[in-house]
Amino acid sequence: MSRDNPHASHAGRRLVAGVPYLWLLVFFLAPFAIVFGISLSKARFGVPPYEPLLQNGEVMAQWGNYAFLLEDPLYLTALLNSIQIATTSATICLLIGYPMALGIARAPDRWRSPLLLAVILPFWTSFLIRVYAWMGLLKNEGLINSLLLALGIIDEPVQMLQTGFAVHLGIVYSYLPFMVLPLYATLERMDLSLLEAASDLGARPWRAFLTITLPLSLPGVVAGFLLVFIPAVGEFVIPELLGSSRTIMIGKVLWTEFFNNRDWPLASALAVAMLLLIVAPLAWLESMRVRRRGAAR
Amino acid sequence: MANGTSPANSAPGARPPVLSIERASRRFGDVVAVDRVDLAIGQGEFFALLGESGCGKTTLLRMIAGFELPDEGRILIDGQDMSRTPPYDRPVNMVFQSYALFPHMTVAHNVGYGLRQEGMARSERDDRVAEVLSLVELSALAKRKPHQLSGGQRQRVALARGLAKRPKILLLDEPLGALDRKLRERTQFELMALQARTGTTFILVTHDQEEAMTMSNRIAVMRAGRIHQIGPPRQLYEYPNSRFVADFIGSANLLMGEVVGMEAGVVRVRLQSGGQTVAIEVEAGVSFPTGQSVTVMVRPEKMEAGRQAFGGPNELTGEVVDIAYLGDLSIYHVATAGGIKVQVAMANRQHRQGKPLERGEGVHLAWHPSDAVILTE
Amino acid sequence: MRRLSPWLVVAMALGYLFLYAPILILVVYSFNESKLVTVWGGFSTKWYGELAANDKLLDAAWLSLRIAAASATGAVVLGTLCAITLVRFGRFRGRLLFSAMTTAPLVMPEVITGLSMLLLFVALQQLTGWPDGRSALTIAIAHITFATAYVSVVVQARLGQMDRSLEEAALDLGARPLRVFFTITLPLILPSLVAGWLLAFTLSLDDLVIASFVSGPGSTTLPMVVFSSVRLGLSPEINALATILLGTVAFCVIIAGIVLSRRRGERA
Repeated sequence: MSRDNPHASHAGRRLVAGVPYLWLLVFFLAPFAIVFGISLSKARFGVPPYEPLLQNGEVMAQWGNYAFLLEDPLYLTALLNSIQIATTSATICLLIGYPMALGIARAPDRWRSPLLLAVILPFWTSFLIRVYAWMGLLKNEGLINSLLLALGIIDEPVQMLQTGFAVHLGIVYSYLPFMVLPLYATLERMDLSLLEAASDLGARPWRAFLTITLPLSLPGVVAGFLLVFIPAVGEFVIPELLGSSRTIMIGKVLWTEFFNNRDWPLASALAVAMLLLIVAPLAWLESMRVRRRGAAR
Repeated sequence: MANGTSPANSAPGARPPVLSIERASRRFGDVVAVDRVDLAIGQGEFFALLGESGCGKTTLLRMIAGFELPDEGRILIDGQDMSRTPPYDRPVNMVFQSYALFPHMTVAHNVGYGLRQEGMARSERDDRVAEVLSLVELSALAKRKPHQLSGGQRQRVALARGLAKRPKILLLDEPLGALDRKLRERTQFELMALQARTGTTFILVTHDQEEAMTMSNRIAVMRAGRIHQIGPPRQLYEYPNSRFVADFIGSANLLMGEVVGMEAGVVRVRLQSGGQTVAIEVEAGVSFPTGQSVTVMVRPEKMEAGRQAFGGPNELTGEVVDIAYLGDLSIYHVATAGGIKVQVAMANRQHRQGKPLERGEGVHLAWHPSDAVILTE
Repeated sequence: MRRLSPWLVVAMALGYLFLYAPILILVVYSFNESKLVTVWGGFSTKWYGELAANDKLLDAAWLSLRIAAASATGAVVLGTLCAITLVRFGRFRGRLLFSAMTTAPLVMPEVITGLSMLLLFVALQQLTGWPDGRSALTIAIAHITFATAYVSVVVQARLGQMDRSLEEAALDLGARPLRVFFTITLPLILPSLVAGWLLAFTLSLDDLVIASFVSGPGSTTLPMVVFSSVRLGLSPEINALATILLGTVAFCVIIAGIVLSRRRGERA
């Protein structure tokens, strides 16, 4: 049954929907058209550092930037690297986050809120500073190496900063709360009498977990995985601060093209490629997930 | 009455209609929720819209409140066409099924909300709120918030809020649905007393026929967006105009047959299975052509079952196949010789009855010709 | 109440240790006398003093706070309008595009958002002369745009949960739609607006990438200053700054937690 108020004035509705609509059209959608346009242009020295697309009434579009993206293996490597790093990190997040979420969901009532708050709290502090904290721990003269040396476990410092390990660690650390929250939400909703039923029917706790809890929490697993994967795949700060020149990620490459090489058209072409290859599939996946969840209700 | 003509579609003559609905329809996509409904409700009536969920009763109520606009037809309140009037301009208030108490306001603020919208002066408003709260016996809880109240108290706040503006009509959407059984029974009588005291017209939506019959002076039975019959509870029970209404209100034995003759206010019907002929008294002036297919409706408590033949004009034989013992009465499920299953309800009066009937016993069934109704729909 | 399995307790303890150990070490070392961030040279608060004297950093912090407050406010207004449109207006022409535009920023890599916003501002300036160069204003516009999506999600959840008959009851009692919004809907979704504002504020305060793209010469935000100093190596001043930030956030969150748990009973 439709429950829209049939009397709401049309003018009022137009205003409510129109203001954000217009804003998003101008400041969110239009920029992508411009990015696409500039990706077809050529770099030059000057302000702005690209050649106008329209010159003497002629459209000067060319696909050279895209061809370059295909020619130089750097870009494909960066893309695959990003996907690999984001996937691995999200998986590690899942392995750490699942027991935490389960523990919070099954903890006594009065403990749940504080425990959950403790997971969210780091998210409200500066992201940059949390990454910075690991720089101090991981570097050669850092706390971890000093500790290991003092204990005699190693003889010389282990290179940890500026490695792939550090990038993974940074992503897992930064995005762990994004994994725990959706997992907690599904686990907390679960009807505990299902576990009692399973145990009544002869399932031991471990089997009950594998056959009941885990399958029922799959929507939370998918949501958490995506929430970690999505920001990780385009990450710039973590590979920049914790990684090295060997751990190239697509977000960092775009940044470099733009700020260091000042090649705006190539950066734009890269942005378009990222949109098509990463964002579009993710957005499609997300809309499918939301729709399925809506249908299940 | 026996011929399917719906009687008393207009309100009782003495009361001028406070609400008239004229051929109102409301469609949602392909679904016709309310289908060309005509209805007139008199000032001061306690009226019930009765039907199963999805029958359109709630949509009809929401149309009276103004939350749904009719696709066709008109809604007149106190003679004024209000078909297009928004809810906030209608002299009608509603008690919602969920009560819809504003959680961020105290009981007094909830009750005074409508008066504040009217721009009523503060002192007058305070007086009115106090008056309505005392009417529902909640004066002591005026400063509480909804979450500090019990279910029954919330229901009364919703009622007080609906009455505070002295609406011409109070609409009640399943107002007792969220209460437990004991409380529901008590609240029914409180509602009736409240209605009598305020003189407000109440329109109640319910799926519970007992609730509708207890409280209201007239009931409209709805199905698939249409009103099947309107009348006082007794009329609906004793003289339903269709198999649907007969079956919906109370339980009914429906025997299919064919008219074989008519004489002096008595119709003779030959039953389809078994072939016995039974006699049914009808009002003078009502006639049925020979050969017409009809249904004979007999309420279980109007049938008698016994070991000996009764010797009356209507008599069937059969076997007891099941007995439901309910304490005050027992329901005997009897399979007749013709293969029809009927129910007979008999009070358990041990000393007058002798040994009660047992399962598997052969029995005779009988009923008086004036206790059956002929249905053609 | 069932007892937690010891495995879970151990896993949780390790998880929380992982989350908090780096932060706590950061805090401890902010009181380190030594310039070397990793060597303990005795207790001192001198880095807080140096922080207080660092005008560049303080200016950036003040600018960031103002941008964050402005963007959070703007995002709450726009995000609430988005949420109302999506939850309450049913189907309308262009709804698909609208809902796509309010969700897409959530999955958009920051580098793309930043780049596209910058190119828009450059193109707009060429065409219309506005905006006149990049400044705090362009940063705020960019932050409003991407934070609107987050606010919209938070408010949508709350609006969706709200019992529609509350608004109908208000209409039924004679309140006009605008009044219903301000007396019923707004008070009931207020917690989500506050949550959305705080979220938008944090996102803006924390943003390095988008701000780097759309900032101008005179508009260096706190994360940009921190980033450039961190890129050069570790600095005890940053530890001190981190400690102050953490203290503030922890304080606010704990206060909010207490207030919320007190008011829980009033939820609709």
